[in-house]
Amino acid sequence: MDWFDTIIRTFFDFGAMAEVMPQLLGVGLLNTLIISVAATAIGLALGMIVAIMGISPSRWLRIPARIYTDLFRGLPAILTILLIGQGFARLSQSIFGPSPYPLGIIALSLIASAYIGEIFRAGIQSVDKGQGEACRALGMSYAKSMALVVVPQGIRRVLPALVNQFIAIVKDSSLVYFLGLLVSERELFRVGQDAAVLSGNLSPLVMAGLFYLVITVPLTHLVNYFDNRFRTGKRRPSAPSSGLNEVKELDAASPLITGSNT
Amino acid sequence: MSLASSTGKTTAESQTFHGSSLELKNLTMAYGDIEVLRNVSLTVAPGTTTCIIGPSGSGKSTLLRGVNRLHEPKSGDVLLAGESTLEVKPDILRSRIGMVFQHFNLFPDHTALENVALALWSVKGMPKAEARERARRRLAEVGLVERADHRPRDLSGGQQQRVAIARALAMEPEVMLFDEATSALDPELVKGVLSLMAGLGKRGMTMLVVTHEMGFARKVADQVVFMDEGEVVEAGTPSELFDHPKSERLQRFLSEVL
Repeated sequence: MDWFDTIIRTFFDFGAMAEVMPQLLGVGLLNTLIISVAATAIGLALGMIVAIMGISPSRWLRIPARIYTDLFRGLPAILTILLIGQGFARLSQSIFGPSPYPLGIIALSLIASAYIGEIFRAGIQSVDKGQGEACRALGMSYAKSMALVVVPQGIRRVLPALVNQFIAIVKDSSLVYFLGLLVSERELFRVGQDAAVLSGNLSPLVMAGLFYLVITVPLTHLVNYFDNRFRTGKRRPSAPSSGLNEVKELDAASPLITGSNT
Repeated sequence: MSLASSTGKTTAESQTFHGSSLELKNLTMAYGDIEVLRNVSLTVAPGTTTCIIGPSGSGKSTLLRGVNRLHEPKSGDVLLAGESTLEVKPDILRSRIGMVFQHFNLFPDHTALENVALALWSVKGMPKAEARERARRRLAEVGLVERADHRPRDLSGGQQQRVAIARALAMEPEVMLFDEATSALDPELVKGVLSLMAGLGKRGMTMLVVTHEMGFARKVADQVVFMDEGEVVEAGTPSELFDHPKSERLQRFLSEVL
């Protein structure tokens, strides 16, 4: 059982795992969550702007949105992160100080916004055209009909896709380590990797991996739950009723039809 | 069909409407290069009902969409209460013209009440409480006040269409446009919606009704317009068109649908 011992020592060295645990919890998990949540929040805001521009009747809004999306969706995440993280280091220093942490978040946000923009656009465009038309026919402006009726319906439809995108961001947040983080700024992957160098085996990284799974697996199941719920609809179950009941109900009382005043 | 009897029951006059006149002058509309409506002229007197009949693809729906500028006319003019609609801001114009669609187009994530109230506060700027109050009254008029908190998916087609009518009426329009309002309904629910529409006409609303319900057109319309291939082929009183159709095309159409 030599190979078995090797596997245990390489991946499941419980001593090393226990040792890295506090750092993973206190530093790694915290930073991974901060980076992911911040990038998602900014990505959602930018993504909505890109989506609204992308479906605009004006081509002067549509074309820039298209280029933006193609650019950040088409480049490898690591390349975008390095270009932005190092390219804007001087500018960032004068605003945020020496840490590359904010730039990492911004780079991730830009990448995320390209994907989220497409998700939003698909959702909004899947809303029946009659919805916007009904709004316009009532006298609502394009902006109001979008904000009050069309966009909310579109967003609801793409909630599962947005959760998937958050999962992707959580995983991509590990790439920020390329920018060189301070000890207290390290996310899960970096904490695990540093500890792995010290312990001489991969167990701390396995532990870091478990932390990722703790975040992502419940979310995937949340997606499935959402998906089921929205697909089946939350229609109140009710016994089928005869259309004749409605005819009766109409005959019984409706002032506009019978003309009597109430 | 006992439309006349159900509207004839009108004893006490409930809310009356003050419909405006509507006049189409040489209206031409096109999708791209294809003209789907050519030189249509039509006069609808205040408080009267005009039914537009004709085979599919004849431009009936397009005509309605030209009236409230959901689709911009290519040439010609539409006068609402004597003034050109092309000189009114589209949003303002549409808030003066109610429209009811074949597929209801209710907002699925709003309750019946919210469907009616939405445009009241967002377009008319009414305080929300007041908007809901008025919405409730409008729903009561179409016999749906008990369903006020239901979402569209929990309502039958007939109920949904009545909510849609209440939604349009709440804006106090001067003209109502109906685009095949009963075509998507189960047969037993058609009459209720038609009676409701007939009631509106009785009480002074100006209505332009695209319909395949010949019985309704015959009994309720003051004027019937037969369209085919983007043109008005024949127009006149119901008895002129239904009992003495002049053109060969109308004769053929009637022989197919009656």
